Amino acid sequence: MSVFRAALSRELLVLWRSPAEIINPLFFFVMVISLFPLAISPKPELLALVAPGVLWVAALLAVMLSLDGLFRRDQESGVLELLLTAPVMAVVPVSAKLLAHWLLTGLPLVLISPVLAHMLQLPDGVLGTVMLSLLLGTPALTIIGAIGAALTVGLNRGGILLAVLVLPLYIPVLIFGAGAVSAAVDGGAVNGILAILGALLALTVSLGPLAVAAGLKISSGN
Amino acid sequence: MVWQTIKRWYHMLGSPRYFYTFSSALLPWLTPIALLVFTVGIVWGLAFAPSDYQQGNSYRIIFIHVPASSGALMGYVAMGVAGLVAVVWRMKMAEVMMKAIAPFGAALAAISLATGALWGKPTWGTYWQWDARMTSMLILLFMYVGVIALQNVIRDPRQAARAAGLLAMVGVINVIIVKYSVEWVQTLHQGSTLKLVGESTINPAMKYPLLISMLGTWLLYAVNVLVRARTEVVWRERRSKWVRKLVKGGGQ
Repeated sequence: MSVFRAALSRELLVLWRSPAEIINPLFFFVMVISLFPLAISPKPELLALVAPGVLWVAALLAVMLSLDGLFRRDQESGVLELLLTAPVMAVVPVSAKLLAHWLLTGLPLVLISPVLAHMLQLPDGVLGTVMLSLLLGTPALTIIGAIGAALTVGLNRGGILLAVLVLPLYIPVLIFGAGAVSAAVDGGAVNGILAILGALLALTVSLGPLAVAAGLKISSGN
Repeated sequence: MVWQTIKRWYHMLGSPRYFYTFSSALLPWLTPIALLVFTVGIVWGLAFAPSDYQQGNSYRIIFIHVPASSGALMGYVAMGVAGLVAVVWRMKMAEVMMKAIAPFGAALAAISLATGALWGKPTWGTYWQWDARMTSMLILLFMYVGVIALQNVIRDPRQAARAAGLLAMVGVINVIIVKYSVEWVQTLHQGSTLKLVGESTINPAMKYPLLISMLGTWLLYAVNVLVRARTEVVWRERRSKWVRKLVKGGGQ
């Protein structure tokens, strides 16, 4: 536990000192969303129809792109080797890293989402569902994406390859996340869909860090 | 007793050299059998099976569509199992198998999608619908592409196989979740009419050619995997004595 806490505070500090890594995904999220009203049409009824999907796809891409460099700096500075050879299970520091990364890049997306949902003309009644679905979904996206980031850490051409590996794995989360918001817009039952989203989160939180640690071990040739 | 035999087989087939001689003996038999079974199934299905009372002759694409789909699915699961063995026990032959299974499986997934689209037009009036089975097959194709892409990018073949193996393991879980997550969206695709347990709802005159062409496709898949695996084994073991002897001696 103390290892976890030490690793968490280290990761938070490192991320906090490179604010671009926190701010860029957030601006990416905002910018991508503002493209849609310009590209499709600013008509409120049309926007409200596509808004759940647009919000979720933009959040998904923002999370994925923020993960590209997740382990790269640690690998270049040699920290990763030390983590993997340290006398603690690699899962512990890896989980701390994922939590820190989500707190500083995923959570801001959740917090800003009601503003963007409002700009996309979603009714005020569904803003809670938007936030809740992203709150349950973005950590799962971070963990699943980290598996891809771990497997591609030693390779120079991360970006596109990471997308090819990770996007198919994102589909269940996307279906249920956007589905929850759409159901809320239609006035249908939301709790069941959010419960499944929570189940996906439980699955990824429990098994994902193990896969990330295994991927890092494979990539570093251990 | 059985366990002992399985263990011995595991270790014997785990050796690249033994695999090579074993597959050399197997392939001259397996290849003609596979071709024969496949041809019998396809010809029986396309030419001699009765036509459907509703769909007429257009249903006959089932004899290509269903075998391809089942092959693509089984191939991915087999790849996941090989990946598990490669990651956990680092067995060399499992790594080779991982790499050998992927290309044919991806091709089958593409065939399944193409024939499904062609079949959907006369039957449902549309080439494409986002229903559960079609979407999962599309995602399956994407994940085959991901595994192949990852394998091609990593230079060290052992590391590449283990990385792709981990991805395939995660992918197997994902296919199952995708299948059920799309299912609550309304489904157009018919349910499976072939059942191993219980009564099949397909006419026996159509069932047997279908089963035979499925078996033929799987056998062809197995032949393809063996041939690819042999090439890979020889390449990987190119510095070993037995491969040098093989190349210089020109045969067994």
